[in-house]
Amino acid sequence: MKGIKRYADIAGKDVIEHLRQLAALLKGKRVVHVNSTKEGGGVAEILEKLVPLMQELGIDAQWEVITGNDEFFVCTKSMHNALQGNAIDIPEALLKVYEETNARNAERLREKLEAADIVFIHDPQPAPLLKSCPKRHGKWIWRCHIDISRPYRSVWKYLSSYVQGYDASIFSLADFAQQLPHDIFLVPPSIDPLSEKNIEIDNKEVMSVYQDFGVDPDQPIILQVSRFDRFKDPLGVIQAYHLAKKFVPSLQLVLAGGGAIDDPEGEAVLTDVRMSAADDPAVHILALPPDADRTINALQRGADIVLQKSLREGFGLTVTEAMWKGKPVIGGDVGGIRLQVINHYTGFLVNSPEGAALRIRYLLSHRDRLQAMGEKAREFVRDNFLITRHLRDYLAVMVALMHGVEERIELG
Amino acid sequence: MQRKRNKKAIPPFAIKDCALIAIATGIRAQNLRELRDRLMTIPAGSIYYHFWGGLMTPRLEEPEFNNDFAAWTRHALHDHVLAERLAVIDPTAFPDMETLRQELIEVIERRLDEVEMVPWAKVDHQFYFKRSKIVIFNTKKQISDPLMLSTIMPTLSRGSIFYHFIDARRRSPEGVDDFSAWLMSFGEQYAALREAIGAIDLYFTTLAEIRQRLSSLCTDHLGRAGA
Repeated sequence: MKGIKRYADIAGKDVIEHLRQLAALLKGKRVVHVNSTKEGGGVAEILEKLVPLMQELGIDAQWEVITGNDEFFVCTKSMHNALQGNAIDIPEALLKVYEETNARNAERLREKLEAADIVFIHDPQPAPLLKSCPKRHGKWIWRCHIDISRPYRSVWKYLSSYVQGYDASIFSLADFAQQLPHDIFLVPPSIDPLSEKNIEIDNKEVMSVYQDFGVDPDQPIILQVSRFDRFKDPLGVIQAYHLAKKFVPSLQLVLAGGGAIDDPEGEAVLTDVRMSAADDPAVHILALPPDADRTINALQRGADIVLQKSLREGFGLTVTEAMWKGKPVIGGDVGGIRLQVINHYTGFLVNSPEGAALRIRYLLSHRDRLQAMGEKAREFVRDNFLITRHLRDYLAVMVALMHGVEERIELG
Repeated sequence: MQRKRNKKAIPPFAIKDCALIAIATGIRAQNLRELRDRLMTIPAGSIYYHFWGGLMTPRLEEPEFNNDFAAWTRHALHDHVLAERLAVIDPTAFPDMETLRQELIEVIERRLDEVEMVPWAKVDHQFYFKRSKIVIFNTKKQISDPLMLSTIMPTLSRGSIFYHFIDARRRSPEGVDDFSAWLMSFGEQYAALREAIGAIDLYFTTLAEIRQRLSSLCTDHLGRAGA
């Protein structure tokens, strides 16, 4: 129990005991997770942690990845965008590639999937696998990580013909789900407090990271960590910074995000952001490489306030990360940010750059409130959004399905 | 002697903990009339969840409203009058979920008669009906002497308080909490404590407050540390 025990100090011994009790009912069960990428992206990040933890608890958990060519991923990218509401018609030819790719992967995985007690199919990419496994004996769960509350209807109609056959679905929020003819469990995402992005690091390292980027750690710092994407509203953040700076002249802004390579839209946004920042030496735009987890960790720990002024957002794990580091978050009043930023308690929900500027000024001039909100934010994440809770929910869903539980699961 | 005999016969009190796993029903409402219509047919478990589940879901203590219907009416429909009327509904005053359902519908219909336009919410502020499954954990802690209640009570998790004090009323045919039911097995010896526990207003409060009230009552009636 070496790995899991490490979480006891953070999440509490009771939490680990709960996992053990749930897992006892799943001992030796064959559980297979299937997604479409081994690295990169939130799904792979969480599976990398969850699968070994399940194994440690005595579950025969495995992780399989489907493979496909460029056309397959063009199709699934379009599907992803259409499910999030963009009016994209996917050509028949691409849908055929999607179906054939899944059929080919089914050939390779069929034996394992049909023998499994529980199969988790993550996101739309491998959804058709179920139809290719007619002799399956276990329960199949479709785990949807994206917001499909307002999908482009023709694409959802196509995908739902595959999804309806599952025994259950899991969505992150009720707001993200569609009506389906089976149980729809709600399991919010989580962060791993022991990962490079979230592990405790000393203040010296934090200071050094800021100094390396030419930011003065002794002056007030506001930070937004996100892709350079219009929905994350980096221009609104700069506007809020300008408004707040009139009252806090020493204020510094750090906008840290992934590089814009291979993303023409991201590159255009980054150019706009640079123009908007003009030559203000107190605005620092950092295009970080994908493996900059420890740098992001340090940036979040060293900031006074973290912003996530999104105009549209899925869950917003950068909010969770910042809250875990004891930072109040000023967030857009959208999506999963609402579940995390409890207005006036763990931060503020805002609807405009003016609203964000007002809250920045308020928090910087009420340091006691800033600190109290940050502490509440950390405890809120500890209680609700750590990987141990995520694992507990998955185990509970598996127990409920395997034992045909209607309402009560009694353990121990 | 009498107490010793009782202690032998009465099973110990096993402390449990619990978690709720939320389930989306896929049913939603965007305006007040839709809310009324959905309430007519939604499973009773969903009404229970929207009154009591909030105690166990991610939120901080002291929410503005104790049930989700009132909160949505206030924050999404911006109908302050109806929000106040829904907020004051105390689910413990109703014998079952069906009677509570009828009260909700009645209050909403009265409001629909009063207003000129049906209040509506923006598309991303719809009401999503949910229900839950409850997972019950064995803490492996148990007490055999009621005097131990004053020691153990302050250490109980919010999940334990929910299970033994809220969920219990749904489980037991008498509709009482687990602590009172157990104390009842000792006859009249702890009648005063049972009565005091029964007087706790369990709805307009939080799990942490309930724990604090229970701890104080146990200390007052039983003494500190089960001495």
